[in-house]
Amino acid sequence: MFYLAVITAAFIGVLLIVAYTVLAERKVLGWIQGRLGPNRVGPWGLLQPFADLLKFILKEDLVPDKSTKFVYFLAPVVAITCALMPMVLYPFGPPITTIDWGFVPLGLGEGITQLPLTIAQIDVGVLFVLGITSVGVYGIALAGWSSNSKYSLMGGLRSSAQMISYELAMGASIIGVVMLAGTLDLNGIINAQAASPFKWFIIPQFIGFVVFLIAAFAETNRVPFDLPEAETELVAGFHTEYSALKFALFFMAEYVNMFTVSVMVTVLFLGGWYTPGLGRIFEVGSVPFAIASHVGFLGKICLFLFLYIWIRGTLPRFRFDQLMNFGWKFLLPVALANVILTIVIVYFLNT
Amino acid sequence: MFYLLAGFAIACAISLVIHRNPLYSAISLVGVFLSLSCIYFTLAAPFIAAVQVLIYAGAIMVLVVFVIMLLNLDDDKPQTRLRYLYAVGGALGLALLAQTFFIFYAVMRTPQEEVNTEQTVGNTISIGRAMYTEYLLPVEIVGVMLLMAIVGAVVLVRKLNQPQLELVVEEELERRHEEEEIDDYRIAL
Repeated sequence: MFYLAVITAAFIGVLLIVAYTVLAERKVLGWIQGRLGPNRVGPWGLLQPFADLLKFILKEDLVPDKSTKFVYFLAPVVAITCALMPMVLYPFGPPITTIDWGFVPLGLGEGITQLPLTIAQIDVGVLFVLGITSVGVYGIALAGWSSNSKYSLMGGLRSSAQMISYELAMGASIIGVVMLAGTLDLNGIINAQAASPFKWFIIPQFIGFVVFLIAAFAETNRVPFDLPEAETELVAGFHTEYSALKFALFFMAEYVNMFTVSVMVTVLFLGGWYTPGLGRIFEVGSVPFAIASHVGFLGKICLFLFLYIWIRGTLPRFRFDQLMNFGWKFLLPVALANVILTIVIVYFLNT
Repeated sequence: MFYLLAGFAIACAISLVIHRNPLYSAISLVGVFLSLSCIYFTLAAPFIAAVQVLIYAGAIMVLVVFVIMLLNLDDDKPQTRLRYLYAVGGALGLALLAQTFFIFYAVMRTPQEEVNTEQTVGNTISIGRAMYTEYLLPVEIVGVMLLMAIVGAVVLVRKLNQPQLELVVEEELERRHEEEEIDDYRIAL
């Protein structure tokens, strides 16, 4: 039960951040384009996400007559499930070790002295996240196929081709980090970097970092890789035929995926929750230390979320053949070369 | 937990065989893979579980779904010609069932022991160590065979008598250039 409460808190927190990412995106895009962005609902437009949600719930849910009903209903569920599942692995902060949770009423905290700020600690965290995100393709591909519309089908096809292509580069760019850290566990990777900012893997693995970032943009279908939903060509791509809450699920899945990828970049290359100097101010393992580290973690994530929005407001879209050429002929060879380079260096450092 | 996952896997497998629409079959197969992966997780083999999802559900089946979507096949009509295959299939199925029961029987007979989860075969370290020391030669042979498959696929795609793409483009450019010259000539006239 105690863990259930922790999980619920994490879940609500992530969803709130995601909701406000949408608002931030509209605001920042507005500033980039010389407008104000949403400013009518609540002070400074702060209640806009809830207004949007209410609108999505109240709208009429249209189902295309000739769609494949079962798959049509399944697709958004798959998309949002696969987007939310990596949440169990987010390393939100350092473990709290100085408090005995026995004071929690009803005996719920009995015997819990060490509280890791991760929902599940799996030995193969990195692989798990990669696997789940690769299953997320089905949501989009099936949505495109089942809508029985040519725009949706084109969007679904583009998206599956794109995600298969960039997944390889993404996996290859992670291998370098895994080799340096010597573990696939996300908390283990953070611990390998938690000595000083100069040990963050962004320095020895800068090529991997850049490749991962680019591949992450492609995996989340964001500008400049948003061909699956290119509105000038495909109306809205794979979710053209979706309305009301089903569309909201796709929309949310996209932003949760953005969040996941930001978490992964932070954990793999920027030391996760480790913030330099905090260990001197607070006692390691105490609650203030955990909160401060968590804030640092969120700060790094927000940096990348801002980068996403910034790039959306700045860059034009790729053409599809350019996208494929870039992925297969440039990004993948660079990532592989980085892997080989890392292997050689690690080998010589170890001997 | 096991019965839930196994039941889901079996239900997916049945729907895989029953459905005439290839896309439904493909989705069912994904369901089978996912529930298998969950079973691996419950057996303290997280690496195998993750790789199962990553490779089978995430890569291979996505390609299959992709191809099915591209072809957009209609529902197949039941084939009447291959009647005798039903008999063969039934016999093979019975053999498999017998084998499954034999494995169940053999597992029941062996003594049950507590296994340390740190040292199971599904662990990342133990898999890596086994693959690159004890089974190094088979791993390398598989690697070479996969390379052969890739090269073979490329050779099949590129027909040998097919003209080089650059040549075609050059010819096309030359032709256009000539046409333009002719047009210029006409305008001059």
